[in-house]
Amino acid sequence: MGRYVLRRMLQLIPVFIGATFLIYFLVWAVPGDPFTGMCGERPCPPQFVAAMNDKYSLNDNIVIQYVKYMSALLTGDFGQTYSEQSIGELISLAAPVSLRLAVVAVVIEAVIGITAGILTGLRGRGFLDNLVLVSTLFLIAIPTFVTGFVIQIVLGFQLEILTPTVSSKATWSELIIPGFVLGSLSMAYVSRLTRASIAENRRADYMRTALAKGQPKRRIVGVHLLRNSAIPVITFLGTDIGNLMGGAIVTEGIFGIHGVGRLVFDAIIDKQGAIVTGVVVLLVLVFLLVNLFIDLMYAVLDPRIRYD
Amino acid sequence: MRRPRWLAAGAIPIAVALIISGCSSGGDEGSEDPGAGTGGDPAKNESVEVTVFGTEPERPLVPMDTSETGGGKIVDALFTGLMDYDPVSGQPREANAESFELTAPDEYTVKLKKDWTFHDGTPVTSDSYIDAWNYAAYGPNAQQHASFFAQIQGFDDVFTPDPDGVEGPQLPATPKTDKLSGLTKVSDTEFKIKFTKPHAIFKDKTGYAAFMPMPKSFFADPEAWKKNPVGNGGWKYVARVPDQELQVERYDDYKGEDKPKVKKVKFVFTDSDAAYADVKGNQLDFLDTVPPQAIAGNVWETDLPGRAKAYPVMAIQAIAFPLYDPKYSSADFRHAVSMAINREQITKTIYEGNRQPIKGYAMDKVPGYEDGACGDFCEYNPEKAKELFDKSGWTGPIQLTSNADGGHKEWIEAACGNIQEALGVECTFEPVQAFGQIRDAINARQMTQIYRSGWLADYPSVENFLNPIYRTGGSSNDNDYSNPEVDAKLAAADAAETTDEAYKLYHEAEELIAKDMPAIPLWNTPSISAWSERLTNVRLTPKRELDLSYVEVK
Repeated sequence: MGRYVLRRMLQLIPVFIGATFLIYFLVWAVPGDPFTGMCGERPCPPQFVAAMNDKYSLNDNIVIQYVKYMSALLTGDFGQTYSEQSIGELISLAAPVSLRLAVVAVVIEAVIGITAGILTGLRGRGFLDNLVLVSTLFLIAIPTFVTGFVIQIVLGFQLEILTPTVSSKATWSELIIPGFVLGSLSMAYVSRLTRASIAENRRADYMRTALAKGQPKRRIVGVHLLRNSAIPVITFLGTDIGNLMGGAIVTEGIFGIHGVGRLVFDAIIDKQGAIVTGVVVLLVLVFLLVNLFIDLMYAVLDPRIRYD
Repeated sequence: MRRPRWLAAGAIPIAVALIISGCSSGGDEGSEDPGAGTGGDPAKNESVEVTVFGTEPERPLVPMDTSETGGGKIVDALFTGLMDYDPVSGQPREANAESFELTAPDEYTVKLKKDWTFHDGTPVTSDSYIDAWNYAAYGPNAQQHASFFAQIQGFDDVFTPDPDGVEGPQLPATPKTDKLSGLTKVSDTEFKIKFTKPHAIFKDKTGYAAFMPMPKSFFADPEAWKKNPVGNGGWKYVARVPDQELQVERYDDYKGEDKPKVKKVKFVFTDSDAAYADVKGNQLDFLDTVPPQAIAGNVWETDLPGRAKAYPVMAIQAIAFPLYDPKYSSADFRHAVSMAINREQITKTIYEGNRQPIKGYAMDKVPGYEDGACGDFCEYNPEKAKELFDKSGWTGPIQLTSNADGGHKEWIEAACGNIQEALGVECTFEPVQAFGQIRDAINARQMTQIYRSGWLADYPSVENFLNPIYRTGGSSNDNDYSNPEVDAKLAAADAAETTDEAYKLYHEAEELIAKDMPAIPLWNTPSISAWSERLTNVRLTPKRELDLSYVEVK
């Protein structure tokens, strides 16, 4: 086990370097100079463009730029935005908000999705099954921005039971509704995944054995069935944390949340490569660590899986 | 997502930018101004923090390096220059200048008001201006607004052009000196500005960010200054959270007449859709331009009764011809299109009278502007249009294009209907997905269709509506229009010895432009602003900013 974790940790290094380089390269491969258009419809003075390119070392070869960037990063320096704000500070403000939002969303989708999946998976066809089927279809069909705006208008303006947007502090309780909106699509997938997985495993040999041994129903479902059905669901939820952290642009826009999605989207538009790479460095780390964690969970959930 | 795509983000520079916000608005024409109030509660003015929508500044808040609206509205709060602009009429008026007189045809003498101070307590003197302008103009300092000083004597010695253009590898040579020889200090409160040629219009420009004074501390340590900007305006900097908010506080020792009434203001950087929801729910106090989702179907009127209004800003709507395409070379054709469009009808039916047709190349509230330069060419006259059209020899359909994301579909289709009816030729609207796409094609001179081109001026002067756009090689002359007569007239106007004479010459230049009609002026384009229930005395300046000195809390 320990050797496996160590090996996985070492594997993170090349993946990390490769992913960040790719992003760095792609950001600057987008045509267009970030500075010539900065002075509006007037061309910028050449001195201005030259000075800015020099300051942000954009005249160097892309590999040298990347090496410079990474070596600064190793000392904890994320660089500066074009408005000379510290990128490290920007990320440290946005990341906790996004993480909270992603956690809220994952918790909501896990609780509601898995519960709905278990209930329908165990009972099989019937009213409840149809209800979940139709409502998940509904959630999958509606784009997030529709769900977001509808909930904002109904709960925020018509019923006035919550403030329509999230304050800059973005507390846990404020994030429940945005989290629900963000997690609603995945919630539908989770419930379908759970339902399918349970329905399949219900007829597995080990279930019949457990039943034949006369174990109580609660133990059969709770330990044997759920544990084995959880693997695909956990995999999905794990990758979703990363997705929800970086991909919540629409939800963040509707509710005015100052998160990572908005930060990176704006940075791409303004060609602020250093911000994009900085955020991606963080997201890559989150993805890699979450994936490692999930792989380790497999062994816990399925006794047949052994590392080493 | 902070900035609405349709507003193309901070990409809307204060400096002459394309206006992409399209507003089909209803309004309260003739009824009472909802923004006018009876005054606020003095106690609340002191205690309540007014929150104003903004976008993260693109550059540190150095005025001569700030050309976009996000940073611009903060710079305008932190600084007051020699002149400023009346928030209602847009007329320039003396601010920090006691007097600003022509003492020779090519020389202005400025006397400063006494006792003005920067927020750090140091006095605002002639040196504050001279040093700041020298700093801005000196090439190696790489300031965005360097070119604003080009008419001052000695500019060529402090700013050397790039020998091979921006893309070339060669860098401009180091200038001979870092001082503009045209700026001379007479005393601590008086200085002279000498120009290479007479430039009377200069006075009206000096309310713009490029011409602000800077305190000694800036030159001593610019990096420290950027962390804690010190200005001389009605508001002093307090704190900021990057990409989230910036707080300013009333500067109690401010000597200007536009002394603020509220104590604290916070600029909140957020997405405009979220900002609209916030204003609706009274979480945010002011949003200068409501997003398209609120404009569609005039939702804003029902959403925000009595707390939203369409304000005139220094902006006009026009359509331009890609003159580099030989198809459009006939002036008769261009006049025919202009005379085929029924501006009155479109502004009445689509904009419910909230926009006014213009008959020239600028708008009413701009000093020195006199409507009517376009004359008959901007009057609806289908018969004459048809006659000119037949003479032009145009064949094939007419196509108009614009970005689809700015709410321009309705009026372009209406204009097309007019054209089709009057000229008897097929006219279609061919939208392009995003503003950026159309901008790229315009920059690359690859347009083949007639395109929409609006303007937002950076300081209220008719000069700013003409020189950049219609002069040969002008910085925003996007359709390569060139007429030596117009150039000569504009040059003469720039060099006029009095502003009145300059305005007369600009008007004559406009008449010449209308004869060629490289672009068809249509109507002015107001901005719909919204505010929370607790604000009173609300109004928008022609620069599309909340008038922070007037607003109060009730």
